[in-house]
Amino acid sequence: MASQIGNLISPRLLRALLPPLSLAALLVTIFWLQPRTQSYFGLNLLLNLAIPIALATIAQMFILCVNELDLSIGAFVSLCACITATWLNDTPLLGVLALAGLVGVYALLGALIHLRNLPSIVVTLGMSFVWLGLAVLVLPTPGGAAPGWIRSLMTLKPPLVPFPIIAAVAIAGVVHVGLMRSAFGTVLRGAGGNPASLARAGWSILRIKMTMFALAGFFGALSGMALVGLTTSADANIALRYTLLSIAGVILGGGEFVGGRVSPIGAVIGAVTLALAGSFLSFLRLNPDWQIGAQGAILILVLALRVLISRGEARR
Amino acid sequence: MSGRLRQPWLWAWVGAAAVWLATAAFTGGTGSAQVLSAALTFGAFYVIVALGQMFVITLGPGNVDLSIPACMTLAGTVSMKVMGGAAAMLPVGLVLALLIGLGVGTVNFALIRLLRIPPIIATLSSSFIFQSAAIWYNRGLRVKPPEPLADFTTARIAGVPVIALAVAALAVAMHLLLTRTLYGRAVLAIGQNQRAAHLAGIRVERTRALTYLMCATLAGLCGFLLAGFSGGAALNMGEEYLLSSIAVVVIGGTSVAGGYSNVPGLWGAALFLFLLVTMLNTFGAGAGVRLVLTGLIIIGVIVAASGGRRRI
Repeated sequence: MASQIGNLISPRLLRALLPPLSLAALLVTIFWLQPRTQSYFGLNLLLNLAIPIALATIAQMFILCVNELDLSIGAFVSLCACITATWLNDTPLLGVLALAGLVGVYALLGALIHLRNLPSIVVTLGMSFVWLGLAVLVLPTPGGAAPGWIRSLMTLKPPLVPFPIIAAVAIAGVVHVGLMRSAFGTVLRGAGGNPASLARAGWSILRIKMTMFALAGFFGALSGMALVGLTTSADANIALRYTLLSIAGVILGGGEFVGGRVSPIGAVIGAVTLALAGSFLSFLRLNPDWQIGAQGAILILVLALRVLISRGEARR
Repeated sequence: MSGRLRQPWLWAWVGAAAVWLATAAFTGGTGSAQVLSAALTFGAFYVIVALGQMFVITLGPGNVDLSIPACMTLAGTVSMKVMGGAAAMLPVGLVLALLIGLGVGTVNFALIRLLRIPPIIATLSSSFIFQSAAIWYNRGLRVKPPEPLADFTTARIAGVPVIALAVAALAVAMHLLLTRTLYGRAVLAIGQNQRAAHLAGIRVERTRALTYLMCATLAGLCGFLLAGFSGGAALNMGEEYLLSSIAVVVIGGTSVAGGYSNVPGLWGAALFLFLLVTMLNTFGAGAGVRLVLTGLIIIGVIVAASGGRRRI
């Protein structure tokens, strides 16, 4: 039976289908457990917190694509959220400048890591202290307010399709076209696959790394803004768990740690899957203590399935 | 002399001494001995987990154990609750904490080996489960540790914390394990070139398994001792050890790319990290400034250390 299916669908296709299928399985189970989530309102509630996670996951994906790892993205998103809830709300110009400056710092980090050949894990680990410290300085106590336009964007109620679904598709689509379909995107990914040959071909690896880090910073900032739009206020620790969620999301979506093998669509799907994993258990009426554990278990389950498929691939 | 200057662990010790002297200069020398004593105690906890993390990181790129905090929390909460503050149960609690560490290490390596999950993701996802288990088991209770355990973790001989002496002895043993035994040489060889190590007849997977088991067991031990020191286990007790275990290893002069590591640097880096925070506190820096400066100084040390260490 299994081999018959294997003959019909190639393992490669099966592997590509794994992230959407896991998401679909999770969604169907949730619908079955709690039919009310099928409504427009239910879906909105179920999925809206997945948007900032998806943006942070895309940010992490850019870093992983050039064979680095960002352990500071959670603290960075927290900082951006704090700036959004304070400066961007009170003095928009200052807020925009601050966020743009942070994206610039990310580009410089990429340059530093590349030029001095530093381990990105350690540099970003150090930066996580810096971002958190700055967040505490900007917003010492939880509070602030979401700028009206972000708030109204995040609570948009378009007809028929809930906003989080439109946003997720838009994010995945834009990044997919930019990174996977464009000529420049191919060069960017090449820096993860074979930097030496890319350098021989006359491309500057330094500039590529800076671009990728800047893109990560940009999407990190968007994540912080989206988060504040949903929660209406911020605090310095608001998104610390995004660091681990974003790495897990990229891998869940079919990305690899090395070789520039990433998938923006997969990353968004992975992020949504992880966000839903929490809700899943609460609908099961299981102990809330096991919420985080469920995310770990789902991650392991999907990765185990991927190994099974790869083994099938190796046998042929 | 120039050879001595190039020792990778030197910078961590220089940094620790500089930071301590700066603190002493600021306060005019008052309380410097107490600061040092506190640094030795807290440094000892850093060193216990960093020893395990160092062996794991030495295995080569991609090898890192992110489940240390969850393992510490689980071992701490379960052992404290089982002992229930009774001194007679102390050996049971210790063995239990070590067994939990062993169990965590086994799960981690099973995920890495059988499911071929990258270690970062494997230890990360397993840590979610262990953290949940700790939350579920603990139920917010804070059970006091048995008297002798609390005494042991806070005792001093001639002003020197006993736990620091014990961990120093542990560090010496681990140094010998790394440099003088087949196992230690195998870990270094795998980190330098896994394929060459395999062809040279080293049993790569067995060595990796032992390393992950040891790392988790040390985390379990640290959780047990830390719970004893801080008057009971807390659910967030491991939190800061995720970053600091890696930071201590790297600042201590161990190569993140694997294959080169050293134990003396761990103590230097652990003292440096603690004294750095103390110094910023003494200077009256607020929480925000303190965090920013800690981060910048860590990065500064790494940039400086990597510049002096490039020798390929």
